[in-house]
Amino acid sequence: MSEEKERPSEQAGTEAKQETEAHTADSPPEAPKDPEVVEKNESSAAHETKPSAAPVDPEREAKLKAAAEARAARAAAKAAAEGGQPSAPDATAAPVDPEREAKLKAAAEARAARAAAKAAAEGGTPGGTSASAGETPAEPKAPSPKQPELDELLVHLRTQVGDSAVEEASINELNGHMPMLTVRPEQWLAAAQTLRSTDGGTFDYLRNVSGVDYETHLEVVYHLVSLVTKREATIKVKTNREQPSVPSVTPIWATANWNEREIYDLLGVAFPGHPDLRRIMMPDDWVGHPLRKDYVSLDSEV
Amino acid sequence: MIRTEELLLNVGPQHPSTHGVFRIIVKLDGEVIIEATPVMGYLHRGTEKLAEDLSYTQIIPYTDRMDYVSAMTNNYVLVHAVETMMELAVPERAEYLRLVVMELQRIASHLVWWGTYLLDIGAMSPFLYAFRDRETIVNLFNELCGARLTYNYMRVGGVKWDASDAWLDKVRDFIPYMEKKLIEYDKLVSGNEIFLARIRGVGAYDAKTAIDYGLSGANLRCTGVDWDIRRAKPYSLYDRFDFDIPLGTNGDCYDRYLIRLEEIRQSLRILTQALQQFPSGGETMGKVPRVIRPPAGEVYVSIESPRGEIGCHIVSKGKQEPYRLKFRRPSFVNLQILPKLLVGETMTNLITILGGIDIVVGEVDC
Repeated sequence: MSEEKERPSEQAGTEAKQETEAHTADSPPEAPKDPEVVEKNESSAAHETKPSAAPVDPEREAKLKAAAEARAARAAAKAAAEGGQPSAPDATAAPVDPEREAKLKAAAEARAARAAAKAAAEGGTPGGTSASAGETPAEPKAPSPKQPELDELLVHLRTQVGDSAVEEASINELNGHMPMLTVRPEQWLAAAQTLRSTDGGTFDYLRNVSGVDYETHLEVVYHLVSLVTKREATIKVKTNREQPSVPSVTPIWATANWNEREIYDLLGVAFPGHPDLRRIMMPDDWVGHPLRKDYVSLDSEV
Repeated sequence: MIRTEELLLNVGPQHPSTHGVFRIIVKLDGEVIIEATPVMGYLHRGTEKLAEDLSYTQIIPYTDRMDYVSAMTNNYVLVHAVETMMELAVPERAEYLRLVVMELQRIASHLVWWGTYLLDIGAMSPFLYAFRDRETIVNLFNELCGARLTYNYMRVGGVKWDASDAWLDKVRDFIPYMEKKLIEYDKLVSGNEIFLARIRGVGAYDAKTAIDYGLSGANLRCTGVDWDIRRAKPYSLYDRFDFDIPLGTNGDCYDRYLIRLEEIRQSLRILTQALQQFPSGGETMGKVPRVIRPPAGEVYVSIESPRGEIGCHIVSKGKQEPYRLKFRRPSFVNLQILPKLLVGETMTNLITILGGIDIVVGEVDC
């Protein structure tokens, strides 16, 4: 009890912060406003230019244009004289010392040469995997220890199900480098069958199924593990918010049955192929899906 | 030949043997069940929805109320998920305290199961013994964190209250006491002929079915599948202890019974080692930012609760409230196999099988 008394005071400071943050960072109500604001600005700008454009006489405009051109030409000539370089408009902004620039250029060239030499040395050594080094140049960090697992999964799904089956593949570093794949809903059933039926590294155990409303789309997340090899993987299937539908994997993992019912109940995702898709938590006559982000709760106090 | 008629019987939601507000509609032919349809949601409080408006520290008391027989492990899965996301280090003393309370909780939870299960199938006195011994643990928790059931003990980065040396001594004294009582339990019940007749071979399934249904805990291990997350994917400090994972062979209610009793023994073993290794001093809270904001991304972690794999899936957008919080509740997942097990069984076995799964309805409905 003493603890419960203490908690509000503990939270008091953070709650105030939370409120201010809610004003600044609450995206859903603001997001739809933005396009309107842009539209308004554009239309008001159009209003301003139209009346101002009308009274201008063509002669005056031509004169102004000519003057502007002359100014630009003068500036370019000045720059050429100072820097010895022909008419670079940036050069006028900062007076550049040619010596220094040459030094910088030389240094950059030397760096590039060193890098090239290093790459050549690595690639040239016998057994050096030049192909894999070429594939992942974007990552400055060391490759994840689970990268081979992800690659293997990816190759497996692409050969067994189809090249287009996997939309995205990444390593979830936050979650102990868990391989994470996004599978297209049309190919999810075939992909699930493949994941389950493979010899050896089969994902025999479906630990958890979650549904997430991302406001732009809905996502069903499957957490798989192999009880034999202890390998883990997260599979995501994205679907739209208007007609959300993801094929049911209940025939593949029986445990998906109630999990899918729960997601259907709370998020409104249909699971074609499910043997008994009914609400499970809410009453049968309930309207709406409570875990949707735009769900309006019955009682505002709650 | 006796002519029987089909009968629709409503069990629960207010029935003592359903361990809470859980309802099963059974279709009977005489005394044999043809079809069973579980109905749940009577205790659905929308914890996951509520959590979306709460900071992580504020969610901890809600986890107490999911599986209220095992609040400590629920606390742990949430703080563990947040710590994983934020890569926070937990001080040694805090982690040992967590482990000690989790193992005490496992014992307390199994004692509640043992007592109520036997009460379900007609044995009154074991219930009294089990609750007498559980009371010791509940009192220990009360002394540690001021609550008997909903502890709200753990925090992101540590624990709320430190334990005194006197408290640790009380836990030390409890271990030999409980070991002695376990022998008594075995003598009283485990070999009892009436008891054996009631539960041996009842509600049996094989390993393949158990894996397919995603069963966990004793429900999975009774079929011989060696899967305990404490060993398979060690979290906390479980890799520092020597303990066995009891396995069954027949996958029936009797194996589940034996496994749970043996797990109490193994928990006592872990406790003995943990108290030997217990650090003499140190902090109980790690370095935690004043406002807990896990980085944007998602995480799924799971631990071994007394009922099986309890998991926590957090989707964070870098704010102090989770964008989405989903709990994998072992009771909910384990209960799925019930309609399949009940077909062809008698009404009396319904109670035996349901009790053998060991559900807590607060966790089924969440």
